[in-house]
Amino acid sequence: MQQGTIVKVAGPLVVAEGLGEARMYDLVRVGSQGLMGEIIEMRGDRASIQVYEETEGLGPGDPVEGTGAPLSVELGPGMLEAVYDGVQRPLDVLEATSGSFLKRGISAPGLSRDKRWDFVPVLAPGASVQGGAVVGTVQENKVIEHRIMVPPGVSGTLEAIAAGTYTVTDEIGRVSTGDGAKVPLRLMQTWPVRIPRPYVRKVSVTEPLVTGTRVIDTFFPLTKGGVACIPGPFGAGKTVTQHQVAKWSNAEVVVFIGCGERGNEMTDVLMEFPELTDPYSGEPLMKRTVLVANTSNMPVAAREASVYTGMTMAEYFRDMGYSVVLQADSTSRWAEAMREISGRLEEMPGEEGFPAYLGTKLAAFYERAGRVTTLGGADGSVTAVGSVSPPGGDLSEPVVQNTLRVVKVFWALQDRLAYERHFPAIDWLTSYSLYLDKVEPFWRENVSAEFRGRRDECMRMLQRENDLAEIVRLVGLEALSGEEQILMETAKSIREDFLQQNAFRDDDQFTSLKKQDELLRIILLFHTRAIAAHASGGALREIFAAPVRERIARAKYVTEDEAQAVLDSIAADIETQLVAEGGPIAAATSERRAVAEGRPS
Amino acid sequence: MIRTYTTTRDIVGPLLLVEKVADVKYNELVELEYPDGTRTLGNVLEIDRDVALVQAFGGTRGSNPYETKVRFLGRSLELGVSRDMLGRVFDGLGRPRDGGPEIIPDKRMSIYGEPINPTARDFPDDFIQTGVSAIDGLNPLVRGQKLPIFSGSGLPHNQLAAQIARQSAVLNRSDDPGKVGAKMEGEFAVVFAAMGITFEDADFFEGEFRSTAAIERAVLFLNLADDPAVERIATPRMALTAAEYLAYECDMHVLVILTDMTYYCEALREVSAARKEVPGRRGYPGYLYTDLATIYERAGRIKGRKGSITQVPILSMPDDDKTHPIPDLTGYITEGQIILDRPLHRRGIYPPVAVLPSLSRLKQKGIGPGKTREDHADLSNQLFGAYARGIQAKELAVILGEAALSDSDRAFVAFADAFEERFIAQGEHEERSVEETLAIGWELVALLPRTELKRIKDEFVEKYLPVPEAVGPGGAEG
Ligand SMILES: Nc1ncnc2c1ncn2[C@@H]1O[C@H](COP(=O)(O)OP(=O)(O)O)[C@@H](O)[C@H]1O
Ligand SMILES: [Mg+2]
Repeated sequence: MQQGTIVKVAGPLVVAEGLGEARMYDLVRVGSQGLMGEIIEMRGDRASIQVYEETEGLGPGDPVEGTGAPLSVELGPGMLEAVYDGVQRPLDVLEATSGSFLKRGISAPGLSRDKRWDFVPVLAPGASVQGGAVVGTVQENKVIEHRIMVPPGVSGTLEAIAAGTYTVTDEIGRVSTGDGAKVPLRLMQTWPVRIPRPYVRKVSVTEPLVTGTRVIDTFFPLTKGGVACIPGPFGAGKTVTQHQVAKWSNAEVVVFIGCGERGNEMTDVLMEFPELTDPYSGEPLMKRTVLVANTSNMPVAAREASVYTGMTMAEYFRDMGYSVVLQADSTSRWAEAMREISGRLEEMPGEEGFPAYLGTKLAAFYERAGRVTTLGGADGSVTAVGSVSPPGGDLSEPVVQNTLRVVKVFWALQDRLAYERHFPAIDWLTSYSLYLDKVEPFWRENVSAEFRGRRDECMRMLQRENDLAEIVRLVGLEALSGEEQILMETAKSIREDFLQQNAFRDDDQFTSLKKQDELLRIILLFHTRAIAAHASGGALREIFAAPVRERIARAKYVTEDEAQAVLDSIAADIETQLVAEGGPIAAATSERRAVAEGRPS
Repeated sequence: MIRTYTTTRDIVGPLLLVEKVADVKYNELVELEYPDGTRTLGNVLEIDRDVALVQAFGGTRGSNPYETKVRFLGRSLELGVSRDMLGRVFDGLGRPRDGGPEIIPDKRMSIYGEPINPTARDFPDDFIQTGVSAIDGLNPLVRGQKLPIFSGSGLPHNQLAAQIARQSAVLNRSDDPGKVGAKMEGEFAVVFAAMGITFEDADFFEGEFRSTAAIERAVLFLNLADDPAVERIATPRMALTAAEYLAYECDMHVLVILTDMTYYCEALREVSAARKEVPGRRGYPGYLYTDLATIYERAGRIKGRKGSITQVPILSMPDDDKTHPIPDLTGYITEGQIILDRPLHRRGIYPPVAVLPSLSRLKQKGIGPGKTREDHADLSNQLFGAYARGIQAKELAVILGEAALSDSDRAFVAFADAFEERFIAQGEHEERSVEETLAIGWELVALLPRTELKRIKDEFVEKYLPVPEAVGPGGAEG
């Protein structure tokens, strides 16, 4: 073990001498309390260390001890339902040992050493294995089968493997490698967080990640293995959107990283997820969730590490062949942590004081997402969704700009929409998804042949609405033709009856793709029938007052089971209430006109 | 172990560089004695071998190199806490300012506190009835929340904060989803921290507390405009340390008012500039977010403890600009914001709350059946939506004239005017129960065509929408 001595302390940064033997990114123990730190710069035998805990009370002369290993996470049964800080300390364990407030110098392993797991081998001794091969399984909870894999880089013949009840550190078998060495297998493996876990190859994404949020699934879809960002000013809905995706998306495992955000938001997840039922498994949502909570008031260096800790855990589940969603809220706080450390290192700052390598780090992080063929030959994916918190909502700032270079989906939140309480406040005019064409075949097969067309049609109307609104602002609604006025009404209906979705209403928070398609169908049906009715003499006021519109407005609240029947009956209502050529609307209108002649309305 | 040095080399702004020191620790408390007899406290910002960078809370006026006495005290800045703090007035560093005796501390606590473990937090969900409709009806405050007031110079933020402090009460749970529970009694306290505000503003609060006898339950920490600026960095932490003691050890529900956070941030900027740090936006240090979080995140509730800390920080937005780094970073940390609006104020509306950009992020957990009433969430959503639409229609009318508006737009314009005059506006000493607030809300949505009430569940419309009396359309006059 190398032993060094502190010469300087400046906030979260400590400089120590005597660590010439250590390597970059090695983990060290700082001071008499053994605080966790990581070497981030070396000049001769002077090492700069970012410390993951509060550095108050440290001073020159205090010892620093190298561990000879990089910052790593423990991967194995017990991660699900856990809540960790940015360097994988289990927060519930820390609470049990040191109380409600986070004390310094206390550590606990990421995986419990006492808990025993039932292991069932799937391979027999004698099998030839390599890194990533699944040797057996542990049913971690009702939802997730934890597949125990040979660690990457190990290959040879499985010499021993036995069913049994093990702790994560017990030996469950052995691989004898080509050169005669024997590598013990355990339920747990470790992996350095800053190094992506290996896979065979990346594979093109084809399947949408269904989130149940209509504006996302229909208009700006994300794929399993895709990357998305949600920038927006405070209060626009970044966190709620991410929570919605964490709750209702059809991923198998969710890793949620609270990176420098509010403590109560973490508490919210911790209290809510165990109570909510996963619509796919029927079990509590928490069972498929891993939480990394390094809140804004927790040490800033651990915040910097938190995104890597979360990503490594996500990759590990991907390697088992699962589809994983990783959410980072907020990547801006991560970038700010980098900036703070960089400032203490007195590096040359780039834009807005961020380090010059900000773009590289962001790109490398998102590049760890994707759909892959795993080392074990399975199909697994990590979908990454990062929120961005631009100062003053200014999207030209460096974190947004660097993120936009690498992500394929952009959900732009608008404070104006949030003020109107139009939620999710995702701006349909500026957001985009580059996955539309990729998911279209899936839509055709699993939703309907018309879905894409309907979606595009609605999108066109929303854009047209924006142009027409400009005219209305200048010269008034009367300047629009009847057809244009109908379009304005339809666009409003798309916004209010489809796009608006209340995350806090049980009957609104999730909509299946099928029902999303059906909702569009009736909105568009009303539109075409309205145009026809108008063309044959129906007055706009009468058309817009058709009683079926109230049913359209409430259609989104219809349960999934009843959806088809109700929507069909709404379609039927549209047909009877708006039939063209002398139908009820037109007829009623002309009658009313005759009666009302001469009277002001 | 206390060591005294007279080896100060450089003095820059509020900072002193002291050489040839031994055994000094990061963030250690320092006592400084200047040649002119001035004494002040400071702390170690950085220690590099035998050179310590010290920030002087009282400033450096009267100091000089090589004569200033620098004593390192071997601990960090602490506050001696006790129940006897209640009713007392302290300065920005926790020394009595009211001529009363020193506090005999029950214990000494580091003012920097420790982060609450997220797993130990209990989610804030007890509705606080402030008696102010713009808050209770639309952006409700809950116990353990941090909800700042974003204001501007000359706006009545002090009056509003005082009104909140005066009227706040928690309601008992109600078994009937359609009924609101009665007010609950419980031990509560107010901790008030002034940073850089004028004597008059501080005096307003003190007078307020005295006249309502709330002073018996209040602790005041005052750093006024003519007090040392750097001291302001410690003041909110003093206040929060006192609050944590009262909440978590004396089981009290504590309301903390911090004003004005803008001056706090300016003090931080002053120190950062003196250190020649790379600045972030508008010269504020890059770590302003993290620093503010260590203050605001000290609000909350903790499992297994009776007390709670609710924070109402006040900040004045330079130039009324919400995107200025201070309100911006605050909004990113706090659980919502109440924004005051100059045009409303000019029109004589008190409290001039700009309800649309205001937000309470914890409201969904604090309202609804049992807590307030079943229709509260839907009604407030509808009020927001309708008011937003009314404002848009008004803008249209400005350009095109009233005549160009459609019937429904006209209804929304009438609604928006009535909403500002009857819902938002109220007296500074008017306390509205949440039922009264909801009743006004229902009267207002009754001005709209029923088909427009899309955000309210049908059953609530049936149950709560007032039956229209035989009056003409239009409702309130504009
Ligand atoms: N989909 C939604 N449905 C209902 N309310 C929402 C929705 N999205 C956001 N909100 C409201 O907006 C507030 C702020 O959202 P949040 O996600 O916390 O914003 P951000 O993370 O961007 O600061 C929430 O507390 C909630 O009141
Ligand atoms: Mg957020």
